[in-house]
Amino acid sequence: MHKPLYSDPADHIESTDPVRVSRYRGITRLNHWVTALSLIVLALSGLAFFSPHLYFLTGLFGSGQIARWLHPIIGVVLFFSFLLLFLQMWRLNLPKPEDTTWVSRIGDVATGHEERLPEMGKYNAGQKFIFWAMSVLIVVLIVSGIMMWQQYFAGLVSIPVRRVATLVHALAAVAIILVFILHVFAAFWVRGTLRAMTRGDVTGGWAWRHHRKWLREVAGRSSKGPAE
Amino acid sequence: MSDTAPQPTTAAANPPVQPLESNLLPSDVVRISATPDVPQPTRQLTKVAKLIDVSKCIGCKACQSACVEWNDTHPEIGENIGSYENPHDLTPDMFTLMRFSEWENPATNELEWLIRKDGCMHCEDPGCLKACPAPGAIVQYSNGIVDFIHDNCIGCGYCVTGCPFDIPRISKVDHKSYKCTLCSDRVAVGQGPACAKACPTKAITFGTKDDMTALANERVEDLKSRGYENAGIYDPEGVGGTHVFYVLHHADKPSIYSNLAENPRISPIVEGWKGVTKTAGMAAMGVAAAGAVLMGLFTRNKVEPEEEEAAERLVQDREGI
Ligand code: HEM
Ligand code: SF4
Repeated sequence: MHKPLYSDPADHIESTDPVRVSRYRGITRLNHWVTALSLIVLALSGLAFFSPHLYFLTGLFGSGQIARWLHPIIGVVLFFSFLLLFLQMWRLNLPKPEDTTWVSRIGDVATGHEERLPEMGKYNAGQKFIFWAMSVLIVVLIVSGIMMWQQYFAGLVSIPVRRVATLVHALAAVAIILVFILHVFAAFWVRGTLRAMTRGDVTGGWAWRHHRKWLREVAGRSSKGPAE
Repeated sequence: MSDTAPQPTTAAANPPVQPLESNLLPSDVVRISATPDVPQPTRQLTKVAKLIDVSKCIGCKACQSACVEWNDTHPEIGENIGSYENPHDLTPDMFTLMRFSEWENPATNELEWLIRKDGCMHCEDPGCLKACPAPGAIVQYSNGIVDFIHDNCIGCGYCVTGCPFDIPRISKVDHKSYKCTLCSDRVAVGQGPACAKACPTKAITFGTKDDMTALANERVEDLKSRGYENAGIYDPEGVGGTHVFYVLHHADKPSIYSNLAENPRISPIVEGWKGVTKTAGMAAMGVAAAGAVLMGLFTRNKVEPEEEEAAERLVQDREGI
């Protein structure tokens, strides 16, 4: 059986009156929240070293020593946790022709004029950007982070290389925090989105408004129950 | 009543016997890691320096022994790997190390055995302090001594990244960074460093930076008169000068002395990381967070009831209900 183009095989219509569409399985949601929590812990502990004005954040972890010890360990957790998410989501995040139109009408996106945008699959171009930015930045962060990791990898790279790694790590950290802010903002701003990651489903109206192509595909096969 | 210790001007003097108050106080600190706007001290201590005259060193390692003894460190028993260097690198328990190198002088075709005492240079512009993220873990006193305050050290290794001389070492036991203190605890009570006191040939001398510079100039003259045309002082400008400095017989080629840095300075990468990256990064994150909060408060993207109905029709059509 061929793979659906705009939806995950597990996505399905949960109820028809009112319409509820299942978007994420429980295991995927758990995976997402482990990743999110790791990222928050990493941002808070990392920022403590980033600026003297934020050093007080080490208090959240007990002491500077503990924050220093914990940060890279959570980094490894983040990497593997995100890897699992990546494997589940990469295919539906591949670029599609309608993404170009979406980006060129970014003004309508920001003002909420969704009727002027093309119909979208499970992810729009903004969500795809966040996905790929996170993917690239997490790889950059783990590679540079391991080069900086004194406790276990002190002799791994020469000091000049470590300097570059540290600069790259700091820049990538700022970038991923910006992407994270955008991600959290979008999840709140677009009302009805959060429940996709809490309860796992969204309303039919939400799917119609934001991801109509996805809704059409899921509805089209749903009489047969979850596909395949 | 005890008196305040004098500022030491030599390591040769014997210690006074009466108890003395420390003369190196928290209020004498001019720079503190991860601390902007340090209140400047009201007094300026005399700048001190340790001069290492490489041409006089016989490689006996009395200085290493004195260092271990005074600092009460316990380096592991070494192994012979065919070099006089022992241990084979600086360690968290060995703050100074005699580095030996054999160099064939192309001018004379003679083999020269170069011995350099390696350790913290006590830079006027210390890269370790600049890189350190932990407030108060590294301080610089007005007499030039750069000291690690271990209670505040978190063991991140940024000092290693920042130091142009590859000096600090992180302990695998307590995960804190260690290096030569220039015997700040001895200097505080009017004593010179233990290594300078132990050196049998006066290859290591200690005193005010001015006195030591004068002595170094004398030594350079003497070496020149003996045919070492390129003799000179190694007190690198790139780090603002150092409070441990060398007399070298081949000052034109520092790197022959076991890779002594040719033009040490804080790496521009470290400067960029601790400078513009921090300012621009904080600004970008602040603006993004504030913008997100404002836009989130004043606007939203909401699903209309008609859209719920449209979805219902779509789903029912498709399902054929
Ligand atoms: C993915 C694996 C990661 C690893 C292995 C890692 C490792 C490290 C290490 C070793 C340090 C030096 C401090 C310490 O030893 O604890 C550090 C600093 C830092 N990390 Fe990470 N990290 C990772 C991910 C992240 C992420 C996702 C963020 C941001 C959300 C982040 C933000 C920072 C920041 C801001 C610093 C301070 C940089 C500076 O001082 O300029 N790290 N990281
Ligand atoms: S030599 Fe290295 S450890 Fe010593 S003061 Fe200079 S930067 Fe700091």
